[in-house]
Amino acid sequence: MQTVKMVVTGPFSSGKTEFIKSISEIQVVSTEKNISKDTAESQQKENTTVAMDFGRITVDDELTLFLFGTPGQRRFDFMWEILAEGMLGFIVMVDSAKPETFREAKAILETFRAYAPTPYVVAANKQDHPDAWKPEDLRIALRLEPEVKLLPCIAKERDSVRHVLLELLYTILEEMES
Amino acid sequence: MPLQGNIRDFSTTQLLNLVNLSKRTGLLTIFEGVPTNELDAMKQPKMAPGAERARMAFHQGRLVYASLANQDSSLVAMLNKAGKLNTEQARQLRERMGNLGDKGLAMRLIGAKYVTQADILTAVKQHILDVTYNVAALREGPFRFDDNVAPSSEAILVPIELEPVIIQIGRDIKEVTELDKVITSMDISLQFPRDAKQKFKGVHLTVDEWKIVPYVDPKNSLRQIMKVVNMSELQLKRIVFSMHQAGLVEIVNNTKVSSSAVPTRRTTTQQKKPAAPEKRVVLSLIEKLKSM
Repeated sequence: MQTVKMVVTGPFSSGKTEFIKSISEIQVVSTEKNISKDTAESQQKENTTVAMDFGRITVDDELTLFLFGTPGQRRFDFMWEILAEGMLGFIVMVDSAKPETFREAKAILETFRAYAPTPYVVAANKQDHPDAWKPEDLRIALRLEPEVKLLPCIAKERDSVRHVLLELLYTILEEMES
Repeated sequence: MPLQGNIRDFSTTQLLNLVNLSKRTGLLTIFEGVPTNELDAMKQPKMAPGAERARMAFHQGRLVYASLANQDSSLVAMLNKAGKLNTEQARQLRERMGNLGDKGLAMRLIGAKYVTQADILTAVKQHILDVTYNVAALREGPFRFDDNVAPSSEAILVPIELEPVIIQIGRDIKEVTELDKVITSMDISLQFPRDAKQKFKGVHLTVDEWKIVPYVDPKNSLRQIMKVVNMSELQLKRIVFSMHQAGLVEIVNNTKVSSSAVPTRRTTTQQKKPAAPEKRVVLSLIEKLKSM
């Protein structure tokens, strides 16, 4: 049986766990921990991923896709390189409503590009949020080249997640054929 | 929805670049930051918009208007600053103009041959640029960009291409870094050196330097001086810097400003080339996802 891996990365609270949960056929194996109270993170959400999230999509008896979500907090970034090894491609999640995280998102993107020259797409998550920046503005903010796919996304919606994954696969296919 | 954020995270230069590239029309407003006792996603103090600091208007990606909340942005002030009206003329005009707006006043001044249309456009353009360079020096503050909102109908709009402005700001940022090493805060004040008489002997000060001299006193912070002399932060810093370098003033009450925490960027030197996947695998995954 063959397994392939895709990595979902991005800053803290950008929606990586939600993304995997929306599409995984199994209950996501999360290494989430309660965030201690009175920390900055506790104001954003109650749990955070400390090692990785793990989801699965079985294609057939021969092929399975694993989705790995990276921890968003920098103090767990020793996990990133381990997770990046052998990945088919990666998705950078960006919280479109939190411009303070854009610089971090760009830094994470560059880090993952340095780990492996694999195809990637950027998901402009939380597009349903009233303060969300439009994808075309995010492209400029993140200084993405025109050929990099920047996809509007709502991680809690399965169809939206499916679309992002498909676009990543099309990108992988294009690179294989070029 | 308006584009919102903080220039701490997304600088004025980046905003101007965004407006330029997306050929935006609208109004950018920058506010004083009011701490909220909360932290943002990057663990920085979360700031709510407070009093307005500056506004800049754009038309199809070009800068057309700019004003600072603490600075007189009327046409009279602009012409006074440009040397086209003296202080007495400016005072008299202010008294007589009543409710007349800038456009109306411009028509009358041109009609009376006080100034030419070119004088007005040059003064307004210079004012817009001064404000913009001043805003570019801000390092913190919530902002909001409202699409398709224009400034007051009485404002005189002068279209300015943004690319040269962005390039100039880039140069200024380098200069500001140098200035900030000496002038570490706008809360510092100035004093004359002990041998001031000796040092000023034979020195020809510029008009702007003379404007500062009366306020050289440890009781006056640079922030206060800036308001009184109606200068931008960058203008004042340049003048103080040159006077300081010439030994004409000394800096007192020097307070250190903490440098903002910039996220560190990890780099790796070795790239691991992954094994190329088979095309069949990718096609199978696509089919699977399409069917889900």
